[in-house]
Amino acid sequence: MNYISVQNVTFQYDEQNQDAKPVLDQISLEVKKGEFVAVLGHNGSGKSTVAKHLNAMLIPTSGKVLIDGMDTADEKLTFDIRRKVGLVLQNPDNQLVASIVEEDVAFGPENLGIPSDEIRERVDEALKAVDMYDHRKNAPHKLSGGQKQRVAIAGIIAMRPDCIVLDEPTAMLDPKGRQEVLDTILKLNRENGITIVMITHYMEEAVLADRVFVLDNGRMLTQGKPDEVFSQVELLKKHRLDVPQATELCHKLRSWGVAIKKLPLSEEACVSLLKEVLG
Amino acid sequence: MRDITLGQYFPADSVIHRLDPRVKILSLIAYIVLVFCTFHFTSLAFIAATVLTIILMTKVPLKMYLKSLKVIIIIVIITSILNLFYGTGEPIFQWGIIKITYDGIRNAVFVCVRIICLILLSSVLTFTTSPTDMTDALERLMKPLTVFHVKVHEIAMMMTIALRFVPTLLEETDKIMAAQKARGADMESGDLFARIKALVPVLVPLFVSAFRRAYELATAMECRCYRGGEGRTRMKQLHLTKRDFISIVFTAFVIAGVVLLNIFGHVLIPSFV
Repeated sequence: MNYISVQNVTFQYDEQNQDAKPVLDQISLEVKKGEFVAVLGHNGSGKSTVAKHLNAMLIPTSGKVLIDGMDTADEKLTFDIRRKVGLVLQNPDNQLVASIVEEDVAFGPENLGIPSDEIRERVDEALKAVDMYDHRKNAPHKLSGGQKQRVAIAGIIAMRPDCIVLDEPTAMLDPKGRQEVLDTILKLNRENGITIVMITHYMEEAVLADRVFVLDNGRMLTQGKPDEVFSQVELLKKHRLDVPQATELCHKLRSWGVAIKKLPLSEEACVSLLKEVLG
Repeated sequence: MRDITLGQYFPADSVIHRLDPRVKILSLIAYIVLVFCTFHFTSLAFIAATVLTIILMTKVPLKMYLKSLKVIIIIVIITSILNLFYGTGEPIFQWGIIKITYDGIRNAVFVCVRIICLILLSSVLTFTTSPTDMTDALERLMKPLTVFHVKVHEIAMMMTIALRFVPTLLEETDKIMAAQKARGADMESGDLFARIKALVPVLVPLFVSAFRRAYELATAMECRCYRGGEGRTRMKQLHLTKRDFISIVFTAFVIAGVVLLNIFGHVLIPSFV
């Protein structure tokens, strides 16, 4: 059974105005437990709107979103859905509540009404999982962007969710911070078995996922494993989406007649492939 | 502007720092009442000595206390002088309508010492208690007020968020000012009116951004299952320790001392009123 099931979801901010173009148009996607999927798209493609549907921040205008079998439209289930699916937003500055790192991480579990001894345990565990335990007594504004975003992730982990949805978590970070956050996300997926849905517009990040969904103008453009998706170079180019440089290079070579069967996604794969082709 | 410390918290490792913030707040109130319940020089001297002892125990440099006194020194002088000349009774010095009486001197000294003690005591609280501890303690102390429909949790949450965002917004102000200067804004010259006017292009973006932040923060809080104070637990529990009980006993002794000196002070030093 799918953990997340988005079925024919259409979403419109203004429901009265039927003529307006919907933000999401007949979107369907499925995520299995323990999977790492990426949702890729331009600004305004509706990818953030998808994220907000996954934890009942937004309710579809038509269609259904099921989280572990629970319908997000059912208000009685909202709280249960939110404790299972945590959402990390883009700007780390605007999602930290308390002025001490560990107290901020405790905010979620405190809201769940967990006994204080257990909160302590969860907070320590969460901070260790994102490698921020040494900074637990610091003030958030003294941390770097990547560190702040990791604290925000720890704040979600401390609620022990099954799934974490990250809405462009690296968009405001420098390359170092981006790498820190990506490593953390991958670790959580592989070692802790947390289902990850990452919204992003970086191709290099989407390549890391098990599966990729590409949104364009509120519609699902294509989906599948990263190599399947990025091999459709023409389609992606037509919608002004980038493909990883290595993929593009090999795609060009192929169109010039070089015998390349499978397009590589990473530079390493590209290098070994070219070595092979050149004999 | 970046390293601003709110509430002037001065981290140090002293007994006073480690006291339960609730005990500190309640003791502060007790001491303030006491300072105004001194009716004899001996009890006034006693409370002043107590305040000095507490200050020395905080391990906060005396310079910090002097700094906080500097702000109100004018008020102290003015009120003391007024009290000095408005005393009733037998004048010991008279020049025209200005007369100084024993009563006046007494009042002046009392007012002066009382205000100084008051400021020093509140400084002890703000220097030794971190803002987060303070909000925590206030939330717990005000809890009984929920009976009167006071939104105690909401008030405390607002304080927490305000404290959290002060450095963020200051940083943002710096950035906006730099951005406006880069566009040729002049903020350092002109008269007062011109300078206030120059602040408008800083304040407008700052407000817009503050609202945007507030909206995003609300979303983030909802994502983290925030539903108000109901059913919420806290990680940090405040527990009274032996230290706190000792400090309560200490305060009780000071209260007893002041009461006794108020009553029997004139027996010890009969020459004073």
